Amino acid sequence: MSKVKIITGTSAAAEAARLCDVDVISAYPITPQTTCVEKLAEFVANGELDAEFIKVESEHSAISACIGASATGARTFTATSSQGLALMHEVLFIASGMRLPIVMMNANRALSAPINIWNDQQDSISQRDTGWIQIYAADNQETLDSIIQAFKIAENEKVLLPVMVNLDGFILTHTVEPVELPDEEEVRDFVGIYEPKHAYLDPDRPITQGPVGVPSCYMESKYNVQNAMNNAEKVIMDVNEEFAKKFGRKYGNGLIETYNIENAETVLVAMGSVCGTIKEVIDDLKQEGKEYGLLRIRTYRPLPINHIREALKNAKNIAILDKDITFGMNKGAVYTDLAGFLKDKKTTNYIVGLGGRDIRQDDIKEIMKHAEKAEDGETKWMGLKEQ
Amino acid sequence: MTEKQFPREEYLASGHRGCAGCGAAIIVRQALKAAGKDTIVVNATGCLEVMTTPYPETAWRVPWIHVAFENAAAAASGVERAIKVLQRKRKKYANKKINVIAFGGDGGTADIGFQALSGAMERGHNMLYIMYDNEAYMNTGIQRSSSTPLLASTTTSPVGTVIKGEDRPKKDMAMIIAAHGVPYVATACLSYPEDFMNKVKKACEIEGPAFIHALQPCTTGWKYDPKYTVKIGRLAVETGVFPLYEIKNGEFKITYRPLKRKPLNEYVKLQKRYRHLTDKDIEMLQKYIDERCKLLGL
Repeated sequence: MSKVKIITGTSAAAEAARLCDVDVISAYPITPQTTCVEKLAEFVANGELDAEFIKVESEHSAISACIGASATGARTFTATSSQGLALMHEVLFIASGMRLPIVMMNANRALSAPINIWNDQQDSISQRDTGWIQIYAADNQETLDSIIQAFKIAENEKVLLPVMVNLDGFILTHTVEPVELPDEEEVRDFVGIYEPKHAYLDPDRPITQGPVGVPSCYMESKYNVQNAMNNAEKVIMDVNEEFAKKFGRKYGNGLIETYNIENAETVLVAMGSVCGTIKEVIDDLKQEGKEYGLLRIRTYRPLPINHIREALKNAKNIAILDKDITFGMNKGAVYTDLAGFLKDKKTTNYIVGLGGRDIRQDDIKEIMKHAEKAEDGETKWMGLKEQ
Repeated sequence: MTEKQFPREEYLASGHRGCAGCGAAIIVRQALKAAGKDTIVVNATGCLEVMTTPYPETAWRVPWIHVAFENAAAAASGVERAIKVLQRKRKKYANKKINVIAFGGDGGTADIGFQALSGAMERGHNMLYIMYDNEAYMNTGIQRSSSTPLLASTTTSPVGTVIKGEDRPKKDMAMIIAAHGVPYVATACLSYPEDFMNKVKKACEIEGPAFIHALQPCTTGWKYDPKYTVKIGRLAVETGVFPLYEIKNGEFKITYRPLKRKPLNEYVKLQKRYRHLTDKDIEMLQKYIDERCKLLGL
């Protein structure tokens, strides 16, 4: 039987890993991820989850041990944040290159310096080219549901890529919300058991994993990762549908979610928890007869360009919010990713919420107004103090 | 195990791309003969990985995985725990005892992989880590590592007009790992296959982490005639440069005691990395080695 619990986003992530009956967890503590691994350690200590928890000495070793475990054939989970994710950087490429369906929870947090434990999305966005599927949850329920879906997506034979489920640090990781925990049996039925055919270490069938990729084969191996990303788009949509049928919840089409977009000339594009604030502002302004829309990118990699273009076909002003910055361009990464595909629109970019700076409803209203009268290509840092 | 009992099976195929006289290949050959078929190998980036696996070729007849340079011990931790949980939960690997052996060079072990190794040893994984120590970064072109011995010349500890070769003594990895309190630590040399293979066997049989520091003469980096690999290894032991011992459950034991230690000169004169040494240098090194041997009771 499913049940509703009032829990934080990190607890929801831990519950999801438990429900999916993960075999190996390997993680290193970092704020604001810690409560996730504490919860998992508790599950293992109490026998509520039959898994091996490797308490490694760094995030670099956390993801490396995940690779070892996944390559042996175990369902593998890890969780990290910010500096920890940055420390994993080189190994993230290896996880995708070796086609290992590891699932990670990442608590979005700013990167040093100056050191800052609060939310933005610079950490995961800086890993966008590592070959990981990236999903951004907007609330705690979606965090739980996305991790369950992530195992099914990652382990799909047409995909076989690692998946990173991102949730905003503190805003979701440390805020309690009612979360429906689906029935354990039903989740296990939904995700199945991981039975790899491509990668496992077995003395009865010795294979070599992670060999030298000489120039005559390296490009093909990377092309195959791109192909898997292409396949992932449909798999993510299918899994979203299948999940909806079984558990009664869905997140847009799995790739994007739109809100009041049909009649709006001005549409905001954003990822993560800020979308909740944006929806409220849209509702308020609707009362005053003003129409604004939201396009939430749920899946940032693969970036569903065609779906985004189609959803924005009637919009004139596209306001793209970034909780990250590409230094030297004065743009966020989401903007630079999208602008080239939206040449027939006016696109403007808003750098918001870096290092946990609040994004208030007034900021959203200001963005909407600005997007209407601004020049194409303008960038505005929101909430910046005069220096 | 005595010489006559060495298994005939080969788990590292010939035809790999190692240099003629490569000591790393000899170490792996002996180690896998001792460990047997039910072994999974985790390999750090380095000569061994590069020479054995240019895709689509592989020299490995046991399951093998390479992840990166500094994380062989961490990756091996994952392999070991995965086997444990899959045996328990999914009835995979039957009830077989599977050896997890990580191979790393001195750079991948004593330098960049040191933290991951320390973590894995401390956590008590049931694995054997073999450091094949050729005393420099050979794969990238003979740069010094923390395992490069005093006065040896490398491309980053060259013989200049002011500084002549490596100015720091060799890092003592076996003793450092012994300080972790692991149940089995040993030193070994490919020139003493019986000694080495018995150590691998013991390390595999014992529950918990084991570490073997295996000296690997390197024809390219030490600059000697490839036919001398075994001879130089033997001289390293006979001179006391590299004593063979084991520490089993905290008990230290010399496993090979030369009847009379040979003078250091016999070892260094065969290697061009030492050709700049003066009589005074050799005298100084001899004193250093004598002191270390005395400490170990040699």
